[in-house]
Amino acid sequence: MSAGTGYNFAYLDESTKRMIRRALLKAVAIPGHQVPFGSREMPLPYGWGTGGIQVTAAILGPRDVLKVIDQGADDTTNAVSIRRFFGRVAGVATTERTEQATVIQTRHRIPEAPLQEGQTLVYQVPIPEPLGRLEPRIAETRRLHALADYGLMHVKLYEDIAHHGAIAKAYDYPVMVNGRYLMSPSPIPAFDNPKMHRMPALQLFGAGREKRIYAVPPYTDVRSLDFEDHPFRPIRAPHACALCGSDVSYLDEVVTDDRGGRMFVCSDTDYCTTRQGARDAAE
Amino acid sequence: MTDALLSARGLTLRFGAVPALVDVDLDIWPGEVVAIVGESGSGKTTLLRVLSGLQQAQAGSVRYRGAEVSAMGEAALRRLMRTEWGFVHQNPRDGLRMGVSAGGNIGERLMAKGARHYGNIRAEAEAWLRRVEIEPARIDGLPRTFSGGMQQRLQIARTLVTHPRLVFMDEPTGGLDVSVQARLLDLIRGLVSELGLAVLLVTHDIAAARLLAHRILVMRRGEVVEQGLTDRVLDDPQHAYTQLLVSSVLAA
Repeated sequence: MSAGTGYNFAYLDESTKRMIRRALLKAVAIPGHQVPFGSREMPLPYGWGTGGIQVTAAILGPRDVLKVIDQGADDTTNAVSIRRFFGRVAGVATTERTEQATVIQTRHRIPEAPLQEGQTLVYQVPIPEPLGRLEPRIAETRRLHALADYGLMHVKLYEDIAHHGAIAKAYDYPVMVNGRYLMSPSPIPAFDNPKMHRMPALQLFGAGREKRIYAVPPYTDVRSLDFEDHPFRPIRAPHACALCGSDVSYLDEVVTDDRGGRMFVCSDTDYCTTRQGARDAAE
Repeated sequence: MTDALLSARGLTLRFGAVPALVDVDLDIWPGEVVAIVGESGSGKTTLLRVLSGLQQAQAGSVRYRGAEVSAMGEAALRRLMRTEWGFVHQNPRDGLRMGVSAGGNIGERLMAKGARHYGNIRAEAEAWLRRVEIEPARIDGLPRTFSGGMQQRLQIARTLVTHPRLVFMDEPTGGLDVSVQARLLDLIRGLVSELGLAVLLVTHDIAAARLLAHRILVMRRGEVVEQGLTDRVLDDPQHAYTQLLVSSVLAA
């Protein structure tokens, strides 16, 4: 019991955590395979990270340092709320620094700073099923996964090239995990896909509404699907960050006024402020 | 004599009191076209479903190249279905993906087999469209914008693109008007001899059977009442039911 809140440590009761941990262990043992779990009602709406928050609650220990990002930013409503939530119900230390965090819950981004062994990245996943839009029957998609029958996904990519001249998927770009399971990487930009490949950190995915957990263990092969003559290309806005000048980070386009003014800034706020700080220190 | 590609022995299946298959034996050799004819409800389609592993018989065995089909796992059966076997449905809507372009439909089996070069897949799809007499310019068109005959030809292209050994056809000319039927039959006959396919053709159209098949099985109430070379069976029917069937064909 964390002091004074009336909640069990990290909000969820111990038997729920045990159930989620069992699902997590199974997920880690079968990289990319979706494991069903008994998703609980959480004190935030579906679509705001109910899956990620349950996974985080299940793995959080008292000595963990938690970082929460939403679209790469530490200072958006969702990130601030979830960070404050765990600060209160678990009493864990929180940080905005990627290097200092042991657990990072994320929505839609992988931090720019390379993650290390011992760190865990928890993704909030809205739609875990990569074949869902192509095959509406869940029972059939599960059969396709079981038989590794993924021709359908390539048909979709073929159609994209036939109609648009390129694979028209800029986010939630499907990946093959460990050469076996097709996986939806949650709606991270395709730009972040290469970071998942052989990442030293553990990657856990929680989908609360769809009640699925899946995982990519450290140093696992994660390949983005493509064609030999249309290879996978991570997409990035062709600009430099207006604040820190980075020309390798993923950028957000921000509208600054109603006369067409706009600027491109890093979506990863920690990366951007760190670089600004280093530049100011050098001057 | 070489071994049969597909051989069935003693297939029996009842739907309640209705006998669908009664002790059916059947062999198909490589490159051979076998037609199963009979009236509606005689068990033709059920036989096709049992032979292709979609349905289990209550007794008897089906062996494909020596392996028992009913003992194959679902994974092995699916692999057969997308590599060595093909299935042409009566209604092209059952065999095509209606929301996917013609090129994507033809490419699906190639990609399921591991083709990963877009240019090659597209070139192959174009070649097949030409082969089944569809304008290659319509490669990006959706099947729902195609006529019934074109849809059926597209389904054939999609099935044959991976060069299967054995193709199951369930009334491939059903629901098409007569002139389109004739062209389709002509096309199928050409492709079958060119690719050396073995075909199991289910039809109630005696004329189609005569045009395509080397051998004919006549079914009635789940039983094979007569079988033999096409011309022999149709020109000199022995069984009373076959005689009735042959004499019922309308001459134009």
